[in-house]
Amino acid sequence: MIRTEELLLNVGPQHPSTHGVFRIIVKLDGEVIKEAIPVMGYLHRGTEKLAENLNYTQIIPYTDRMDYVSAMTSNYVLCHAVETLMGLEIPERADFMRLIVMELQRVASHLVWWGTYLLDIGAMSPFLYAFRDREIIIDLFNELCGARLTYNYMRVGGVKWDAPEGWIDKVREFIPYMETKLVEYDNLVSGNEIFLARIKNVGQYDAQTAIDYGLSGANLRCTGVDWDLRKVKPYSLYNRFEFDVPLGKRGDCFDRYLIRLEEIRQSLRILKQAVEQFPSSGDTMGKVPRVIRPPAGEVYVSIESPRGEIGCHIVSKGKAEPYRLKFRRPSFVNLQILPKLLVGETMTNLITILGGIDIVVGEVDC
Amino acid sequence: MSEEQDKDKELLGKQKDDSVKAESSTAEKAEAAASQALDPEKGSSASVPGQPDQQEAKAAGDERILPESGEAHEQSVVSEQPAANPEREAKLKAAAEARAARAELKVSAATPSQQQSDAPAEEGSSPAVNPEREAKMKAAAEARAARAAAKAAAEGGEPAAAPGDAVGSDPEREAKQKAAAEARAARAAAKAASEAAEAPAEPKPPSPKQPQLDETVELVRSLISEQAVEEAYINELNDHMPIIVVGRDHWQATANLLRTHDRLQYGYLRNVSGIDFETHMEVVYHLVSIETKRELAVKLRADREAPSVPSATPVWATANWNEREIYDLLGVDFPGHPDMRRIMMPDEWVGHPLRKDYEPLDPEV
Repeated sequence: MIRTEELLLNVGPQHPSTHGVFRIIVKLDGEVIKEAIPVMGYLHRGTEKLAENLNYTQIIPYTDRMDYVSAMTSNYVLCHAVETLMGLEIPERADFMRLIVMELQRVASHLVWWGTYLLDIGAMSPFLYAFRDREIIIDLFNELCGARLTYNYMRVGGVKWDAPEGWIDKVREFIPYMETKLVEYDNLVSGNEIFLARIKNVGQYDAQTAIDYGLSGANLRCTGVDWDLRKVKPYSLYNRFEFDVPLGKRGDCFDRYLIRLEEIRQSLRILKQAVEQFPSSGDTMGKVPRVIRPPAGEVYVSIESPRGEIGCHIVSKGKAEPYRLKFRRPSFVNLQILPKLLVGETMTNLITILGGIDIVVGEVDC
Repeated sequence: MSEEQDKDKELLGKQKDDSVKAESSTAEKAEAAASQALDPEKGSSASVPGQPDQQEAKAAGDERILPESGEAHEQSVVSEQPAANPEREAKLKAAAEARAARAELKVSAATPSQQQSDAPAEEGSSPAVNPEREAKMKAAAEARAARAAAKAAAEGGEPAAAPGDAVGSDPEREAKQKAAAEARAARAAAKAASEAAEAPAEPKPPSPKQPQLDETVELVRSLISEQAVEEAYINELNDHMPIIVVGRDHWQATANLLRTHDRLQYGYLRNVSGIDFETHMEVVYHLVSIETKRELAVKLRADREAPSVPSATPVWATANWNEREIYDLLGVDFPGHPDMRRIMMPDEWVGHPLRKDYEPLDPEV
């Protein structure tokens, strides 16, 4: 007689596949997951509490540290919220700079996801290719603002630094390079039998479930819901450029994979147009008061980060510091569906599904 | 003071490009002048009005025997009265201040109203800026008047209690009257100025989202309860976001309606925020409809002592962790929630960190 019993297993908080300090307690029957309980907060820094004692410019570096794989979009959402509250106009050149760095950031973020996801699944070399190409973007950012991850680049009213001489040309050169590399990526991975066996039809859900759980980004679009905030409620200059929103059908990990690769292509498409239309001169900072003190009131704005809808809710009492600042973090919201998806799956699929959601723990915990 | 000046500069910077530049900058000047007029008083009585003056007066009183306190010789009438000398000094100061303030306020009251008559009213931003500024001026003037009155009263009270009161009554009363007159004048001037500013303001055009809000309110009121919607308004700053404030007793029924009704279809809950307003707690649900792309914010208010809001998790699954986070950080309970426990802080944590009165249990943390 074989005696079987439920096994309680801790995955994380320090586990490479959780991409940070995130923990899941799983109850296993053999290799099948009976229940999964996510535990988070290991990286909680109280950003929202800290922000209540900081003025708006001082909060920007904290947003870098929320989603540290996509700091530019976090920067933007805070500045955008304050600008909306104050009714500020942004100079065109500054808006172009913002859009270009945000789209470059989207490419860089998806490259990190692509590399690490395949690494989780067991493919070593794609990680090296992805990071090699991401390095070019990081170097571009480094040249622009002197930082590789935590850029602190945007300001309320514009951007801190204008593009250095020749920077735009470097971006222009990067676009065709990346396009050819994307073909290589596809050839290398996208049709691989083992890879397909691992991710096809894994972690499936339908559109209604995705909407109920408030999923956003590729996690929502993989079910065929056409919801990209760059199209739905255009911010910055997105209504000036042509691009498509890739949609999935099956709502599984493979669709999410394809969508993210396609989003890199679409970002490059936006970048190509933005570089062509880039104004040759102009200010990079709008007319902004020396002390930023938005009027009393509240505002909620949201934008499309590489992970989905990142939002910023500010309650102002007319002071230089926010009365309450709340970030809607896509990683945090998207992660909620994990316990539901894991029930009945095997342990190997835990890694596939968790990776497919694409979380950044700095943003989950905030 | 410096804060106010900062604000002035800010506003000045912001309006550089406005076509109403001339108008705003004159008003700017007027306010600056008014605030400068307040300066001496504010400067001397930073946060506790009148206190430094009293200290000064006491110091002067202690030194009264010394021959070098010049004023003692001048004021021969009150020389026997120990308290009279510094008292008088303070009063004279107050009177001088009041005069200066009155002069400045007159100027400030005159300029904006003149300017107003010249400026065309079609600018959307100019009426919005002005009433605010006028209100500020009015408030400043009133505060100043109140302080002057309080000062006069305090000064008047002290010598009355002192023994030889036959002496200082005359200048004292004079000062009091003067102060009262100043206050009246200041108030009248400020009022005139604010009226002048308010006159050209036209009623705002209705918000483009007003029909949407009206429809939502009507549906909720007719299908749930007349009392379900406590308040409904448009947040114009936020791209005309319609906001309804829902009563807690009707929240779960309303949430269901908002999600399922054919004309509402708010199926996507994008964000839940909790706010500690010190007087009460507020939970805001930001909804959007994937089908119609319409947005709506729903607010619920709860008292601060034992805040509790019915959970929306049965309606929108995504509310689950959001509400847990609000419970964890703000201490708002969500009855009906399937799994109400902390999410960010450790389970044994004491207190709710995002509350405004939060004190860490361990001072080293």
